[in-house]
Amino acid sequence: MPAAPVLALRGISKRFGAVQALSEVDLEIRAGEVVALVGDNGAGKSTLVKTIAGVGPADEGKIEWEGRPVTVDRPHAAQELGIATVYQDLALCDNLDVVGNLFLGREILRAGVLDEVEMERRARELLSTLSIRIPSVRIPVASLSGGQRQTVAIARSLLGEPKVVILDEPTAALGVEQTAQVLDLVERLRERGLAVILISHNMADVKAVADRVAVLRLGRNNGTFEVCSTTQEEIVAAITGATDNAVTRRRARAAEGEGEQ
Amino acid sequence: MTTDLTPAEDNGRPQDAPPAAVTTAVDPRLLVRQEGFAGYWSEFGRKLRSGELGSLPVVVGLIVIGLVFQLKDSAFLGAENLSNLFVTAAGTGLIAVGIVFVLVLGEIDLSVGSVSGLAAAVFAVLNINHGMPEWLALVVAVLSGTVIGALHGFFFARIGVPAFVVTLAGLLGWNGLMLQVLGSDGTINLDDSGLVAQLTNHYFTDISAAYGLATLCVAAFFLFSYRDSRRREAAGVPSRPLSEIVLRTAVLAVPAFVVAWLFNQYKGLPLAVVIFLGVVVASDFVLRRTRYGRTVYALGGSVEAARRAGINVAAVRISVFALSGTMAALGGMFLASQINAANQSSGAGSLLMNAIAAAVIGGTSLFGGRGRTWSALLGVLVIQSIASGMALLGIASAVQYMITGAVLLAAVVIDSLSRKTQKTAGRV
Repeated sequence: MPAAPVLALRGISKRFGAVQALSEVDLEIRAGEVVALVGDNGAGKSTLVKTIAGVGPADEGKIEWEGRPVTVDRPHAAQELGIATVYQDLALCDNLDVVGNLFLGREILRAGVLDEVEMERRARELLSTLSIRIPSVRIPVASLSGGQRQTVAIARSLLGEPKVVILDEPTAALGVEQTAQVLDLVERLRERGLAVILISHNMADVKAVADRVAVLRLGRNNGTFEVCSTTQEEIVAAITGATDNAVTRRRARAAEGEGEQ
Repeated sequence: MTTDLTPAEDNGRPQDAPPAAVTTAVDPRLLVRQEGFAGYWSEFGRKLRSGELGSLPVVVGLIVIGLVFQLKDSAFLGAENLSNLFVTAAGTGLIAVGIVFVLVLGEIDLSVGSVSGLAAAVFAVLNINHGMPEWLALVVAVLSGTVIGALHGFFFARIGVPAFVVTLAGLLGWNGLMLQVLGSDGTINLDDSGLVAQLTNHYFTDISAAYGLATLCVAAFFLFSYRDSRRREAAGVPSRPLSEIVLRTAVLAVPAFVVAWLFNQYKGLPLAVVIFLGVVVASDFVLRRTRYGRTVYALGGSVEAARRAGINVAAVRISVFALSGTMAALGGMFLASQINAANQSSGAGSLLMNAIAAAVIGGTSLFGGRGRTWSALLGVLVIQSIASGMALLGIASAVQYMITGAVLLAAVVIDSLSRKTQKTAGRV
């Protein structure tokens, strides 16, 4: 890997009272790369993302941005660096139209008045460069499908020209077609040279779009895998911590059942 | 590389030159409006079916009310009755403008009636009993409404008490303070020729005033629409065709000039109507064209989303309640002007319900996030028409309450149903 990582976490530790949520976690991500962050419930994925997003700063460890150490202690600091986070609950206002949501909190003004024309023009431009299709940029977000809402939320995070985008379970609760739309969008982000951290429970999605998979288990690194040279079983084994687990036993039973017939 | 850009298929295709495709790619699922009037009507039909009724029900309601009362008593649509109707509507209407802001936020303000009464009492005591100059007493009275509203907002936004409870306490408490301020007499008469008396009693008798205002409004509407449309064209985003702008201007011009003509048949253009219209236009501008207004809508949609977008939630909430208190106090001045006195029943009775009903009947959603200040104008006209028509026919206030209640219920039912339809129609 020639390029220096745009974002690198070194030895991140975080403790909540008696619980060691993260211990000595490392993570590197380069421009134009999709890294899937996987792990079982309680493995520390959300905690790690919060340290990057500046919502819950780490107790120990360093964050390096383009090779130099930085402190990310506030959400604002993360945004200034160029880290955008799309949370699972999309944080859209149902009653506002697509343009209103995209520019919420950073409206474009013209002589102190909302410049709807410019915002609409930029919204259409942004959506078309991402090949996002929405019935109209002037309909309330409430009337969009789940996949469309997710793409709007992701598009919104791109308005700040980030270099790293963190997607928290973007395909959870989406249908097949809608999941495909969101995965397409993730690929387009990569084509634009963004670094994407994708948190997901869905192995099929991870295999489909990620370049590397970073596994967390009980708050520690449990391996980083190149997706193209790793089987799904190996990743699952890393997540659950053993080759003998509920998933493999189930597989084995199924295989036996087929053999008997 | 023309139009067959279904999302599932353009996956593997290298699409590195995106902006060029802007002109050609038309997805069949996109809502593309046809040009001209046919397109306008099909768009209108689509909106109706999907529950975006806007102010249509209230306009239809106004026409029905007008026809019914006109058939019963031909004086109803006469110049005198309509002119008085508009003047009486101004006080409640101003209060309803404040209510619209609170409803858009997704909250409720039950104290506006008491606050309007208290403001009238404060003015009367300062001006009549203590001899304070009238303009200063007026400013103090209106600002007292601002302070009271901000206090409600503080308890709601900072302490976390539900707005319903805070303003319910205000409903009682401020009414008590008003009785205290008025003292043992209970009624303070205002100066007949004073500033406040003029609010509802002054008319611009020159016929050019009413026609001039109507012309100004229509011309301003046309010019702003036209300029907006040109800018949209230049920016390459969808714009209204000139024919549609002309049509909309005509739809506005007809009632504007009819009302102007009516005013001139009686005493001329009422000052109260000028102020009320000015407040409605200004508050509509604030709500829909400024960053502040956008944050109010955003809070009505999702508090969490607004907070994450960096909006100072508590400050916006406090400011909205302060605005509601200010409008209540201002409305109280107009109501005091009508009876030329502040008395123990100021701000009591059905005033609170009428103000809330006006906002809701006009199309502002009780569920937050939707509504415009124009709905205060339309809604208060409905309420006042019913009251005026019933008074003309000599119907008892008992029946009047029941009918106003039924109209309010109908408005809320329409609101709830249109919300439902919007949700189902939207999810393709």
